[in-house]
Amino acid sequence: MNFFVLSLIKAAVVAFVLMTTLAYLQWIERKVIAHIQLRVGPRRVGPHGLLQPLADVIKLLTKEDMLPSHVNKIFYFLAPFIAVFFALIAISVIPFGTEISIGPIKTAMQLADLNIGVLFILGLSGMGVYGVALAGWASNNKYALLGGLRSSAQMISYELPMAMAIAAPLLMLNTLSFRQLVDAQAGYYFGFVPRWTIFQGPFPQIFSFLLFLVAAFAETNRVPFDLPEAENELVAGFHTEYSSMKFASFFMAEYANMVTVSCVATLLFLGGWHPIFPAEYGSKFVPTVIFLIGGLISIYHGLNPARAFDRITLPIAGIVFIAVGAAFLIPIVATILLPLFWFAAKAGVILFLYIWVRGTMPRFRYDQLMRFAWTFMFPIAVVNLFVTGLLVALT
Amino acid sequence: MEDVILFLFFAAFTVGCAVNLVLQKHPISSALSLVGVMGALGLIYLQLGGEFIAMAQLIVYAGAIMVLFIFVIMLLNAGVEKGKTRNLWVKYAGLPLLVALIGLIAYIVQNVLPRGPGVNFGAFQHGNAYEIGIKLFETYLLPFEVTSVLILVAIVGAIVLAQKEIK
Repeated sequence: MNFFVLSLIKAAVVAFVLMTTLAYLQWIERKVIAHIQLRVGPRRVGPHGLLQPLADVIKLLTKEDMLPSHVNKIFYFLAPFIAVFFALIAISVIPFGTEISIGPIKTAMQLADLNIGVLFILGLSGMGVYGVALAGWASNNKYALLGGLRSSAQMISYELPMAMAIAAPLLMLNTLSFRQLVDAQAGYYFGFVPRWTIFQGPFPQIFSFLLFLVAAFAETNRVPFDLPEAENELVAGFHTEYSSMKFASFFMAEYANMVTVSCVATLLFLGGWHPIFPAEYGSKFVPTVIFLIGGLISIYHGLNPARAFDRITLPIAGIVFIAVGAAFLIPIVATILLPLFWFAAKAGVILFLYIWVRGTMPRFRYDQLMRFAWTFMFPIAVVNLFVTGLLVALT
Repeated sequence: MEDVILFLFFAAFTVGCAVNLVLQKHPISSALSLVGVMGALGLIYLQLGGEFIAMAQLIVYAGAIMVLFIFVIMLLNAGVEKGKTRNLWVKYAGLPLLVALIGLIAYIVQNVLPRGPGVNFGAFQHGNAYEIGIKLFETYLLPFEVTSVLILVAIVGAIVLAQKEIK
């Protein structure tokens, strides 16, 4: 098939999935944090609040779009565009799975296989700062300006340890293309320890992984590094003056950045779509078992309902779960779904970590944040890079 | 063909941003135009086959350095530049002289400079990270190290100038 048409179709699919993920990530976040705090979270709109994201989108779209009188109009409008553009475009170089063939068409589960994919992501994350910084400045508001300044200083500071943490596994795997990075992590030591970068010799990249995670929290302005929007000091930080869909753009950019960072961590450190243990020990049945357990639990709760409504919704959810689990047993479907499952599972664990940390950790003070970056993370990242380089050179 | 169209687009964008950089009165607008220039230059490098240089341009210049510029402009809260009273020379001879200069450059490029083989988009195959690394750390190791020492000197100089006098 025509390369152009195929790319358009793939782009449409990826965009749709990404947008849905972003909307439901927020639902998951609210639910998880609610359960951490012994609440139930959203559950008014749809069964168990499942239509809440849709309601939020409609609310944000139809809200009045305020234009404060003292803003610099061009940059005020430009800032959310920049933020959301650089956040969404990063997904284009992320591979989600192996090459698949549907009938005569062979294609990779990836929009663009750049041989400088890792650098591309780094470049985009550097450009993404402008959205936040400009929003803060153009709003002509003290709190927003402080938020923007904090954000640019924080992102520049944490970009250094992050880039160094990324460089260490690249030294070992010897490529910059995401697809080749994942291919280099295939296989198992002693038949069961996966050759992911965090386990791979000569120097398991566990320190790089931790450094990358911490720096990624700071780069995406998430708790405990969400100083740019610290509400007890700065009202809402850089997006104080934004309302309606422009506010939603910043929100969407933040969540898209979270997704990208989780995908990058999965690809660089956790072996992408390679299963956690080899197929001969039955790793291809893991998704079936998980979905089966999930389905059985929801059917059980549907038969013993806590609320009258659950009698209908939970058995339906259970049947859907079991059907998805059964789909993993069909060989043709499984070749497509299995890599996707492992990729999504690993990225999902990191996304859950984001939410978990948000429900647990207090916010840093600004001087602590900066001192942490420059006097703790940066030296460790340098030492880690040197040790990795030395060991790679020796072997 | 697409290459030429894309090149013309990026080139026009670069020149447009560069002109805008000079014309804008507000420092932030100028700085952002410079970001546009850097970014579009990076894309032109990419078109010519220098993929590593393109990304380095994007990360280092458009990303890191320009963010610092904008950070400083925001921190100092620099306002709109006041229009200075221009003298008669600038007012009347400025534009003709500019046209004359561009014409002169075009003439020299066209007639005096030796003709190269011309540009083929994507023909340059040595722009990947591996080959740049080999060149940088084997052939040109000394210039590379000297440059880094030079930057270190600049950083030390900046700290010395910025620190308070110790009595």
